[in-house]
Amino acid sequence: MMSTNPQLEAQIDQWRGYVQRRRAISASDIEEMEDHLREQVTDLTRTGLDDDEAFLVSVKRMGNLDEVSREFAREHSDRLWKQLVLVPEPSDGGARSWRELGVVLSLAVGAGIAVKTGVELFGDETVVMRNIGLLVLPFLAGYFVWKRKLTWRVGAALLVPFALLAVVLNVYPFDPDGSTLFLAASHSIVALWALVSVVYAGGRWRSDARRMDYVRFTGELAIYFVLIALGGGVLIGLTLGTLGLVGVDFEPVLESWILPFCVPGALIVAAWLVEAKQNVVENIAPVLTRVFTPLTIVMLLVFLGVFATTGGLLDVDRELLILMDMVLVLVLCLLLYSISARDSLAPPGLFDVLQLVLVVAALAVDAVTLSAMLTRIAEFGFSANKAAALGLNLVLLVHLAWSAWLSVGFLRGKHPFDPIERWQTRYLPAYAGWALVVVVIFPPVFAFA
Amino acid sequence: MHIDKDLVAASATPLVLGILADGESYGYAIVKRVNELSGGRMQWTDGMLYPLLHRLERLGYVEASWGTSEAGRRRKHYAITQAGRETLADRQQQWSVVADALKQVWQDVQRPPAVVEGWA
Repeated sequence: MMSTNPQLEAQIDQWRGYVQRRRAISASDIEEMEDHLREQVTDLTRTGLDDDEAFLVSVKRMGNLDEVSREFAREHSDRLWKQLVLVPEPSDGGARSWRELGVVLSLAVGAGIAVKTGVELFGDETVVMRNIGLLVLPFLAGYFVWKRKLTWRVGAALLVPFALLAVVLNVYPFDPDGSTLFLAASHSIVALWALVSVVYAGGRWRSDARRMDYVRFTGELAIYFVLIALGGGVLIGLTLGTLGLVGVDFEPVLESWILPFCVPGALIVAAWLVEAKQNVVENIAPVLTRVFTPLTIVMLLVFLGVFATTGGLLDVDRELLILMDMVLVLVLCLLLYSISARDSLAPPGLFDVLQLVLVVAALAVDAVTLSAMLTRIAEFGFSANKAAALGLNLVLLVHLAWSAWLSVGFLRGKHPFDPIERWQTRYLPAYAGWALVVVVIFPPVFAFA
Repeated sequence: MHIDKDLVAASATPLVLGILADGESYGYAIVKRVNELSGGRMQWTDGMLYPLLHRLERLGYVEASWGTSEAGRRRKHYAITQAGRETLADRQQQWSVVADALKQVWQDVQRPPAVVEGWA
């Protein structure tokens, strides 16, 4: 029996409003708890309590909302992630955010100074490009050291692999025109990015939830960085145009001052924005994956159709392998970001089927090209580039194949969604490991060519 | 009677799974059933049941579905899964080992063993 007492309804409304302020408790949870509360009130009034007393006892039995909300947060860490993002309430001290802005801006300027000093000291552009990650990423890590109040021990432990990368990149006798130099430089950024993850997770890098947060962070950072770069590009274009009209040559200033300072600075600022306002983009990630998953399936099916009709690949070289790597990375990103935003309790739906189709299509395309590639490699042997592309391809292949296998199990109701999510986060270190192999082992194996 | 918080937490999962093994149910009814089973001596913090149910759902031990109550409100029903039954059997074995050990301890200190049987 539903109570029609207006006073009780008002009290329940008030209670609901109070619970709604907890970010960790979702609307459907409130509905569930409200049903509980009403049942309890009805039962208690049957035993002779009046509505007021019954309501008070029921709310008391529901427990301390802080504790209940903490329990919900522990179970749904994704909701906590959204909570982090809330614009800090005014009572939360404007001082703190000003100080944070100060820290962010000094780190951004610091990163700019590091790059500019590098340019001035080394003079050689390739040396700067090779060290760009080493110059910029410590400042990003510095922000998280400050933000997460990290202990010095974690920081010191990270300095060792950092120093190792710096030594390898600068001491190995690379052939300046060789491909191992480019490979080592580009893969060192992946390895450094993995080091940043340890700082980002506040040292708790083994936690699956923290890793997924880092995946979200990486995606959002990329989006923010691109947005800032677009805005910056517009400003630069306007300045170039306007100053050009009055006959002032802006380009030297742009090249020697603005770009070395603004590009690394934008990265630090983007990281701060992502930390401060994660949920703005968090909501875009699933939309993007939903838009691009069907389109990517179409693209892959076209590939397969073309392969089948032309009866073989004409120009099988490393560019094809690199293209395939990029296709797999794209598919992986679509998979990872839709998983990062998916409610892990939701039952299998149409989109899960689409995603499986996507992964299987990507694997099929990759299998066709790989088989063509392997015969080619068997004929002409390995080069550093081919080996790097092939290795990445295999690392990606294992990731996607096992994801597909787990998806099949999930769709057939054999296990919950959780194992799929865990597989994604557990596998991530493989990428860092492979990057390290390319940086450290490839150059000597391929004679630094 | 006040029962230690850790003990309540440790027994919550087997109790919920055990109640659901009898047939599908919903939050308030589960709490009521716990009260009946313990003769009103086990008082849960009702709100804590829901995060627990969600955890069991994530682990695949229970399945949830939305239904309607007699009063026409939306209500979430929980049913045990095969994995849940297996876990329940597992927990039951663990608890009977603990209960047996405790029973012997109670006999040694010459207290009535009746206290233990409620937990077995």
